[in-house]
Amino acid sequence: MLANIKQSKPAAYAGMAIFAVVLAVLPFVMGATLGNTWVRNLDLAMLYIMLALGLNIVVGYAGLLDLGYIAFYAVGAYVYALLNSPHLVPMLSGTGFEWLLHMPLLVVLPLAALLAGIFGVLLGSPTLKLRGDYLAIVTLGFGEIVRLFMNNLDRPINITNGPQGVNLIEPVSLFGHKFSQAITVFGIEFRSVHLYYYLFLALALLIIVVSIRLQSSRIGRAWVAIREDEIAAQAMGINTRNVKLLAFAMGASFGGVSGAMFASFQGFVSPESFILMESIVVLAMVVLGGMGHIPGVILGAVLLFLTPEVLRDVVNPLQDKLIGERLVNPENLRMLLFGIALIFVMLVRPEGLWPSKQRKAEFHEDDDLKAKDAEKEAAHG
Amino acid sequence: MANQANGEVLLEISGIHKRFGGLHALSDVALSINKGEIYGLIGPNGAGKTTLFNVLTGLYQPDEGKFTFKGIDLFRKKPNVVVESGIARTFQNIRLFHNMTALENVMVGRHVRTRANVLGAVFRDPKTRAEEAGIHERAQSLLDYVGIRKHGGEFAKNLSYGDQRRLEIARALATDPQLLALDEPAAGMNPKETDDLKKLMEKIRNDGVTILLIEHDVKLMMGLCDRIAVLDYGKKIAEGVPEEVKNNPRVIEAYLGASPD
Amino acid sequence: MDIFIQQLINGLVVGSIYALIALGYTMVYGILQLINFAHGEIVMMGAMITISAVSILSGSGVNLPGPLLVVAGLLVSIPITMLLGFTIERVAYRPLRKAPRLAPLITAIGISIVLQQVAVLIWKNNPRSFPDLLPHASHDFMGAVITDLQILIVVLALVVMGGLLIMVEKTKLGRAMRAVSMNQSVASLMGVNINYVISMTFVIGSALGAVAGVMVGANYGLAYPTMGFMIGLKAFTAAVLGGIGNLAGAVAGGLLLGIIESVGAGYLGPITGGVLGSHYQDIFAFMVLILVLVFRPSGLLGERVAERA
Repeated sequence: MLANIKQSKPAAYAGMAIFAVVLAVLPFVMGATLGNTWVRNLDLAMLYIMLALGLNIVVGYAGLLDLGYIAFYAVGAYVYALLNSPHLVPMLSGTGFEWLLHMPLLVVLPLAALLAGIFGVLLGSPTLKLRGDYLAIVTLGFGEIVRLFMNNLDRPINITNGPQGVNLIEPVSLFGHKFSQAITVFGIEFRSVHLYYYLFLALALLIIVVSIRLQSSRIGRAWVAIREDEIAAQAMGINTRNVKLLAFAMGASFGGVSGAMFASFQGFVSPESFILMESIVVLAMVVLGGMGHIPGVILGAVLLFLTPEVLRDVVNPLQDKLIGERLVNPENLRMLLFGIALIFVMLVRPEGLWPSKQRKAEFHEDDDLKAKDAEKEAAHG
Repeated sequence: MANQANGEVLLEISGIHKRFGGLHALSDVALSINKGEIYGLIGPNGAGKTTLFNVLTGLYQPDEGKFTFKGIDLFRKKPNVVVESGIARTFQNIRLFHNMTALENVMVGRHVRTRANVLGAVFRDPKTRAEEAGIHERAQSLLDYVGIRKHGGEFAKNLSYGDQRRLEIARALATDPQLLALDEPAAGMNPKETDDLKKLMEKIRNDGVTILLIEHDVKLMMGLCDRIAVLDYGKKIAEGVPEEVKNNPRVIEAYLGASPD
Repeated sequence: MDIFIQQLINGLVVGSIYALIALGYTMVYGILQLINFAHGEIVMMGAMITISAVSILSGSGVNLPGPLLVVAGLLVSIPITMLLGFTIERVAYRPLRKAPRLAPLITAIGISIVLQQVAVLIWKNNPRSFPDLLPHASHDFMGAVITDLQILIVVLALVVMGGLLIMVEKTKLGRAMRAVSMNQSVASLMGVNINYVISMTFVIGSALGAVAGVMVGANYGLAYPTMGFMIGLKAFTAAVLGGIGNLAGAVAGGLLLGIIESVGAGYLGPITGGVLGSHYQDIFAFMVLILVLVFRPSGLLGERVAERA
C-alpha cells in the first residue's frame, strides 16, 4: 500500500503531506474547539488503534479468534507500571536488581513487547491444534487467568498490589524531558497531552508500517493461507505451528507496547482495566472496521472509541433535561450498542465497514460457490 | 510409451499400515517409485488410494512401516518436512486458497523454499527484497508454465474448474518437488481438458519431476503411466507396466467382482 | 466436621447445576457444532426473571407457600427464556449457518453482550438476593452438613436430566435430534424438519438453563446481571470435559468439575502453605478446560474422531 503511494503521482505525495499536516495540528484544533478532554481522548484513541492493529494480526490475518487479547495489554501495562513506580522499590533495594527500575523508554518498550510476545506464545502453544471456537474459549480463559493473577498476586509476596493496582507510575521521559511537563518550542506550548499524542502517533505509525510489511511478506501470505485452508497450507510445506505462534507473538507484542503506554499515560493501573469486556471491545473494533484491512481497523477503533465519549456528552445531559434523573448509564448503553453492532455487522455486512477486497470476497463466498457448483455440474454432466 | 525411468529409486515404502479405529485402511503396503517415471495408483472406490496419498505427503501418520525418500527417512514426519524434502501434492477436491489471487496461491507454494523472517519482512533488507522479487518472478513463470498466466490477478475461486486444477499443480510445483503427487487431477474434466492435462503431465515429467498419479480414467492411465500399482481393500494386489496390470486376474476381479471359478 | 466430605457435597451440588447448564451447550453443539456463547446469559435471565416474578407475586399479596412461589416464578421465567432461546437462534445463528465459522461465533458474543446489558438496564448492576423461600434445614451426613436445599437441587437436577435423556432416547423429537446431529443432510432427506429440530434444541436447552439459573440463585443466595459469563464458561468447560456433543458426558463432566473445583479450592490453601488460597477457585475451571483440550480434546466420554484431511 505504501509502496503504491510511493510509485504513484505527485498528487499522492500532496495528499500524504496534507494528511501529515492534519495529523500534526489535530490536537491543537481539537483542544481549541472541543476542549482539552478531547485531546486526552485523542491520545486514548491512539492506544486503541495500536491495540486493534495488534489483534488484527491474530484475528484478521491468521483467522484465530482470540478473546483474551486484553491480557497482553495488561502484561505491557504491568511491566511498565512495576518498573516505573515506587511499588517494587522496597522489594528490589539491596538485591542488586535496582537497575531494573527506571530504565529508559527505548529499553522498557521493547521489553514490554518482548514479554507480551512471550505470553502470546505461551497462550498460543496449547491452543494450536484446536478448532476456531475452542480456541476462542481457551483464549478467553487465559485472559481471565492473567487478570485473576494480577488481582491476587499481592500475597504472599506483594508483586501486583492486587485489586488496588499500582499507583504513582512515572510519565514517559524522552531525551531527558519528562512528559508531565510542558515544553515550549517556537513559542508554541506543547503540554503533556500533546507530547503523548505525538509519541502515540509515532508508535501507531510504526505499528501500521510493520503490519503492512508483514502482510505483504511470505509470513503474511502464510497467515492468510492458514486462515483460508489450514490443511492445504500444511500440504504446501508451511509449518503451521510456528506461523500461528508468530501471529500470536506479533499481535501480543503490539498489545504489550500499547499497554506500557497506557500505564505511563494514566499513571495508574489495576486489574479492573483488563476485564473480558475490554477484549470484546477491541474485537468489535476489528470486526466492525473490517478484519484484515488496516484502514478499516483504524476506522473501527476510532468509531468505537468515540461512541462512549459522545454518549457521555449526550446521554447524561439529555436524561437530566428530560427526566431529571440518570436512569441509564452511558457505559451500559455503549456495551449494548457494541453488542448490537457485532450482531448487525455479521448479519448485514460481515466484511466490516471498510473491508479489503479479499475479505469482501470471502464473506460472499456463498454466492460464488453456488455459481461454481453449477459450473461443476455442467462439467460433469 | 518409452520408459524414461533410469531405475534409480526415489521413494520407497514398505509394510505401511494405517488404521482408523476398527478400519484397516492400509495393510502392509509396499511400493517403490523410480526417478523420472509416471507412477499410477488405481483401485476401486474406498481402496485406500487417498489414504496412501495422505500418508505419503505427511497428512496422515502411518501406524507402522518404512518410508524413505531419496534415502531420507520420512516415516511419521510432519507435512512441512515432507514438502521440504521434495514431495508436493494436489487434492482430489481442489483445495486452493480461494480468496487469494492465483498468483498469490503460487507464491504461497514458495514459502518452503524461502527464508525471510519477521525482521527481514519489516526492514526489507536487500536480501529479502531480492527473495521476494524471486518469489514473484517464479510464481509468474509457473502460471505461464501451466498456461494460466492471464488469470494471475484473479481470485482462485473465480477460475474455471480446469484452471483451478492447473493452478493447484502450479502451486505444488512452486515448492520445487522431485515428486509431484496428483490426486485425480482429471476428475470432472472434459476430453479436451483431459488431453491438455496429459500433455502438461508429460511436460512436467520431461522436465525432471517424477509423478505419482491417482486417476479413475483408465484409458488415460494406460497411455500415460510407466508403471501402475493397484490397491484393493487397503492392500496392493498388483504392480507392473500397464499391459501386465490390465491382464492381471486379481485386478479384473477387484474391478468386476468375484470371477466365476 | 469432615472437610473432605463437606467439599464433596458442595461440589456435587454445584456440579449438578453445571451439568444442567452443560446439557444446553452440548445439545446445541451436537447439532450445530456451534458454541452458544449466549447460553450463560440465558441462565442469568432465568434467575433474574424468577426473582422479579416472585417478588412481584409476593408483593401483590399472593399468599403461597415458599416453594410454590418459586415454582410460580419458574412458570414465568421458563417460557420467557424459551422464547429468548428460540429468537436467538432465529436471529443470530440461522442466517449464518453457511457463513465462515467466525461469523456465528461473533454474533454469539454479540447476543451475549446484548442480553447482559439489557439485564443491567432492567435490574441495574447490583446483586439481587434470592428470596428465602426454600427449605434449608441442615442435616448431619457422615460428619458433614447437608441442607434440604442442597438435596432439593441435586434431586431436581437428576430428575430433569433423566427426563431429558428419556426424551432424547424415546420420543420422536429426540430421535430427530439424534438424526440431525449425526448427519444433517441425510436426516433432511429422511423427512426430518431440520429447522424445527434446531429451534426445539434451543428451546429445551434454554428451559434447562432457566431451571439451573434458579438453582444458582438459590444455592448462592443471590443473582446478578453479569453472572452469566462465569457460570456459562464453567458449564462449557464441563461439557468439554465430558466430551462435547455427548449428553451423558455433559452430566459426568458437570459433576466432576463441581467436585474438582470444590475439593481443589478447599485444599489449595493448606497444600501450598497458604501461598495460593481459595480465591484462585475460579482458575480451576480454566485450568481443567485447557488441560482437557490439550491432552484429550474429545473429552472423557467423547469418541475419538479419526483425523481427516
